[in-house]
Amino acid sequence: MLLIDCPWCGARAESEFSYGGEAGIVRPADPDALSDAEWADYLFFRKNPRGVHEELWNHAQGCRRWFGVERDTVTYRIARSFVLADGPAGEGG
Amino acid sequence: MADQRFRLPEGGRIDRSKPIRFRFNGRAFEGYAGDTLASALLANGVGVVGRSFKLRRPRGIVGAGAEEPNAIFDIGRGSAARPNQRATQAELYEGLVARSTKGWPSPGFDVGAINDRLSRLLGAGFYYKTFMRPKSFWRLYERFIRASAGFGRVPAGPDPDRYEHVNAHCDVLVAGGGPAGLMAALAAARAGARVVLADDQSEFGGRLLAAAETIDHRPAADWVTATVEELAGHADVRLLPRSTVFGYFDHNFLGIAERCNDHLPASARSGPRERLWRIRAREVVLAQGAFERPLVFCNNDRPGVMLASAVSTYVRRYGVCPGSRAVVFTNNDSAYQTAIDLRKAGATVVLVDSRAGGARLAADAASEVGIPILQGHVVSDVDGTDHVTVAHIAQWDGDPGKTVTSTISIDCDLVAVSGGWSPAVHLHSQSGGRNAWDEREHCFVPGEPAQASIAAGSGNGKWSLAECLEDGLTAGREAAQRAGFDAGHVTVPAAGDTFCGGTEPLWRVPAAQEPERCPKQFVDFQNDTSVADIRLAVREGYLNVEHVKRYTALGFGTDQGKLGNINGMAILAECRDEPIPAVGTTTFRPAYTPVSFGVGAGANVGELFDPVRKTAIHEAHEAAGAPMEVVGQWHRPWYFPRSAEDLHAAVARECRAVRNSVGVMDASTLGKIDARGPDVVEFLERIYTHDVGKMAVGRCAYGILLGEDGMLMDDGVMARVGEQRFYLTTTTGGAAAVLAWLEKWLQTEWPGLEVYLTSLTDHYSTIAVAGPDSRKVLENIGCSIDLGRDAFPFMTVREAELGGVAVQLFRVSFSGELAFEINVASQHARAMWDTVMKAGSEFGITPYGTETMHVLRAEKGFVIVGQETDGSVTPVDLGMNWLLSKNKDFLGKRSLARADCRREDRKQLVGLLSVDGQTVLPEGAQLVSDPGAGIPVPMCGHVTSSYMSACLGHPIALALVEGGRGRRDETLHCMLRDGTAVPVRVAAPVFYDPKGERQNA
Repeated sequence: MLLIDCPWCGARAESEFSYGGEAGIVRPADPDALSDAEWADYLFFRKNPRGVHEELWNHAQGCRRWFGVERDTVTYRIARSFVLADGPAGEGG
Repeated sequence: MADQRFRLPEGGRIDRSKPIRFRFNGRAFEGYAGDTLASALLANGVGVVGRSFKLRRPRGIVGAGAEEPNAIFDIGRGSAARPNQRATQAELYEGLVARSTKGWPSPGFDVGAINDRLSRLLGAGFYYKTFMRPKSFWRLYERFIRASAGFGRVPAGPDPDRYEHVNAHCDVLVAGGGPAGLMAALAAARAGARVVLADDQSEFGGRLLAAAETIDHRPAADWVTATVEELAGHADVRLLPRSTVFGYFDHNFLGIAERCNDHLPASARSGPRERLWRIRAREVVLAQGAFERPLVFCNNDRPGVMLASAVSTYVRRYGVCPGSRAVVFTNNDSAYQTAIDLRKAGATVVLVDSRAGGARLAADAASEVGIPILQGHVVSDVDGTDHVTVAHIAQWDGDPGKTVTSTISIDCDLVAVSGGWSPAVHLHSQSGGRNAWDEREHCFVPGEPAQASIAAGSGNGKWSLAECLEDGLTAGREAAQRAGFDAGHVTVPAAGDTFCGGTEPLWRVPAAQEPERCPKQFVDFQNDTSVADIRLAVREGYLNVEHVKRYTALGFGTDQGKLGNINGMAILAECRDEPIPAVGTTTFRPAYTPVSFGVGAGANVGELFDPVRKTAIHEAHEAAGAPMEVVGQWHRPWYFPRSAEDLHAAVARECRAVRNSVGVMDASTLGKIDARGPDVVEFLERIYTHDVGKMAVGRCAYGILLGEDGMLMDDGVMARVGEQRFYLTTTTGGAAAVLAWLEKWLQTEWPGLEVYLTSLTDHYSTIAVAGPDSRKVLENIGCSIDLGRDAFPFMTVREAELGGVAVQLFRVSFSGELAFEINVASQHARAMWDTVMKAGSEFGITPYGTETMHVLRAEKGFVIVGQETDGSVTPVDLGMNWLLSKNKDFLGKRSLARADCRREDRKQLVGLLSVDGQTVLPEGAQLVSDPGAGIPVPMCGHVTSSYMSACLGHPIALALVEGGRGRRDETLHCMLRDGTAVPVRVAAPVFYDPKGERQNA
């Protein structure tokens, strides 16, 4: 069970959190201007890297805040947690 | 009662003044306090304890700990009995009852033993090859295979015992309480660290409990006592005996199963039977020790062939000498101690050493007590079926490819074997660490740790007592320092000499013939995997160690190959003509030893399995005798039967009441969210599909939420209760998910919007009063506002006082009738329900449940998310185009323009009427255009909702049908389970009051 550092509450067990997928997916400002392929890229395609992955987590059983986590998908080592900036997803740091 | 004829007159850590009676396979025996079930059976001369898995060969006790592959029993009585228990780890208690799990009618005489005669037919892959054909027979085969497999019987009744879970944190967790573990714990404790020391035995000390060595010139066990005493005195040290560290998970999270009660007689048990410790440790010291390897020779599975270290343990710790004429067969120094132990216990001993030389110190010591030593010899075969009787010994020059000829035969009743040692790398491997092959010691040792752990002692490939103590001290000190503590003052005590090391490889003992022609040389006792099986697997093309494992079942038993794996991999390497590290090991997975389901479940069983949510009005429904329907965690009244009514009669009556007079329903389980803030309109515009900004204060709207993929996710009435404040309702099941979804968008995508979301689901209760007389009921109660059609029109919301209680009144309807939903603070809900019932009595107000609600809404063609939808249905499919604003963007809008979402032949919502006017279609049934078409019959849709409509007098159904809206009046066929096709006519999805006049009344 991962130990995740909530920026607001501190280190807590994974069971308190829910996973939100890749961070940094920005919703297109004008979806209608996108081709089907471009929209599909936003909608369905994710990085799934072997190694460092920036992802969203929600402290669902705690403060209910969303935040970013930098996690290695091979070792599961978490390098850092970060607060999302006042901009679209995961732009902060 | 059998005597303890193998018990030594003195010695051991047992209490001869405390006899303990127990039963094994129906026979009464006696042992002593301090015995394990295994040591007590050996003391009584019980040789055969079970039958092997496949060949049904008689098997005896081999080991003395977690590695035991054969002595696996059902222990206990009735529902509290435990299958799959290792006798070597089961402490004896008064009244213990054990049964062996293999062998029918008894392990001594097993009809399945015929398999052994047929063993040439039962090689590796036998099951795969034999039971493949004919395919249809597999079900028959499976029944017999399953019946003959397994290691115990699961008790039939529910487990009567209690279990509990404990979460804990520590600075240093030490797994294993032998010399290295105790030393590590001492070092960490003196440094001031919070320490947890767990060991799977009843006492700490590990091998020191049976050791011949001294520490500080005194018996090693004295040092153990003093050390445990000191540890127990540290406030921050938790000692967990009888506790197996069974799993090493991510981020230094470890699972420990503590057996609290299993060593006590039934009458002395109290509290939980087992406790699961879920421990997050800063640092972990892995000191679980090592397993001795058996030697692989012909008939090496015969009862009486035992691990040398286990023999020493039985002699020294339990005062049991398992034989009087012993042959000790080894490829290293450690078994010399066993020979000496046996000799001192009065047995005659012959030492057979596969090595041509070496073992100087140990050999001198053995010779001193008169033990003859045959160097450069091997035991190539043994005689005896139920017990070993003769060892056949051959000279060997060290060439593994050669066959040998036996020249010496020795009568014996015990063959103690040592094939070298394998560190218990299980936890290290589970933590993600790799193992490294140690060329000098011929074993895998833990490599670089993947997490914050340090291996120590014989689990780290250190064999002598002095090295183990030193290694443990270093590990404990380092762990404490890494956890932020200054090293305490600890020195290594002086340890006496240990006979150890000097291992020369002997993976497969040469025999008179090739493995395929000689008697079986067993590698894995539990699964009857032999050398010939592994060679066969390689010949048939299974080269990868994981493939060989699955083809031969090597290491697949409940012991997970603790004894056989390394020998097996080495033999595989020999077949492949490659070095052992190139072959590698199979994956070590949790659990290290089997963990009971009970301790995994803990207290989360029965009523505590899942929380139950009840509305504030629940007791009224119970008092009315309503059966409950479980919706998520909610328990909702299903229907309200009167006297002997069944579901259908009750629902028909409830439906008529709502349509003709008035009914009342507890709708409190609906999700409720308060959304407010300066940017709430902008936020909700992006979420909902309709024009939220156009809603006047006091207006309600039916709102739907789409995923970004355009599929319907949730729906509900939402109301504008203020300029900057909305009251959103969600489906019962979707409440938590919708709130999380809204929060995610707010926090991750649009943090610039100032909006606050609060769940009100539990704070407010909702009472729906529906039917032509509903207004009169509310007027009867006394309402502070005008309830008239023009003052309080359909789809509006008002603050009001109803019977003197502040409520929020909604003019919304899920039944299609004139209806009001009373939102009231939950503490007043029950009183309000009673008030409504009383005020409605003159109209015959009828409480109704979820079933009637479903029928009423289906008559109106209202969809239920999760029933009409399944995550692949768009609002367009449901005919909700009118809800989709053209003036703005909203989540999922772009996806509706994708080519696939615009297909004309997508499944669309329609109504269905049985042509015979009688058949209620089964929900989920498939629809076809032509039931006579060739197989596979093309399917064109499925039934989503289906009910008997009492008000209409015929059944109705909703369905999703390919291009359904263009197929009005077409006849389709609904396929029933028995293959018959029911003709149905496609209709509009609204069956009742299609113009919607009644709800506007």
